[in-house]
Amino acid sequence: MHIPDGFLNVGTAAATGVISAGGIANAVRVTGKQLKEKQVPIMGVLAAFIFAAQMLNFPIAGGTSGHFMGAALAAIILGPWAGLLIMSCVLIAQCLIFQDGGLVALGANIFNMGVVGCFASYYVYKLVLTIIPKASNNKLVGGFIGSWVAIVLASSACAVELAVSGASPIGVVFPAMAGVHALIGIVEGLITVAVLGAIKATRADLLEPAKINTEGVVK
Amino acid sequence: MKSKWWLVALGVCLLVAVFSPLASSSPDGLEKVAENKGFLELAGNSPFQIIADYVFPGIQNEALATMVAGIIGTLLLFGIAYGVAWLIVTAGKKKTNPSISRVE
Repeated sequence: MHIPDGFLNVGTAAATGVISAGGIANAVRVTGKQLKEKQVPIMGVLAAFIFAAQMLNFPIAGGTSGHFMGAALAAIILGPWAGLLIMSCVLIAQCLIFQDGGLVALGANIFNMGVVGCFASYYVYKLVLTIIPKASNNKLVGGFIGSWVAIVLASSACAVELAVSGASPIGVVFPAMAGVHALIGIVEGLITVAVLGAIKATRADLLEPAKINTEGVVK
Repeated sequence: MKSKWWLVALGVCLLVAVFSPLASSSPDGLEKVAENKGFLELAGNSPFQIIADYVFPGIQNEALATMVAGIIGTLLLFGIAYGVAWLIVTAGKKKTNPSISRVE
């Protein structure tokens, strides 16, 4: 759902750009306090995986394709602030080098897929762990639901931006975007679960290290 | 072995990139909505192109051009995020640990 230039008006692009810039600045501050040296390669691998997996568009209903977003995977493994940094790296590189997502729309794309995607998935994941703390597969269940919610909310935010910009009326663009991404979200959830499952089977400790949590405190 | 787990993980990422030519060429969710709801023509072109649309310029075979773009991007993103994280960790340590800040 990378927004190209031309879809958004200047006000919407500027507002989302300011929020994203503020989010990135705070992400740098928070992760600087909490990120451990041994987590540095995890940041690199997650960005590499998200970039590669985003290239693999999969067909969904009606001549439409979808691709992995990855915000949930990053936020679940390293917390939402580090997740936002990873998504920002990917989105900035895609915009500047691969001409995927507009320059003016970069702030909106980081807001939708980084800020909304990471925080929505992280809190849904935490909520699932709170509801079923003892179930052995609670992380996978939380990962699936968190991924689905992240995609649907990110596409909803995108729809609101398009409507505010006058590209399409909200009553038209909102159900269309949320509807198609509700399907894409299922695949997103399956990929997240597959990766979390693979990590759990091989290096379960990577899912346990102190997370970059929202309170700015190492737990 | 234990310290180099990320080399294996990066290998898996590169393998995913190698399969990128198999990706569906259908428009993605947003593009399809824009097409159906009649606002796709608003989209403008980028003022510059480097590896536009994940096709490495100058390679005739499109599958190969996509594969090369995917591999370059995957390695690049690993380097960028690793570098950013390393800089952030190093800067964060300097602030909190005065004994390190003296070592330049």
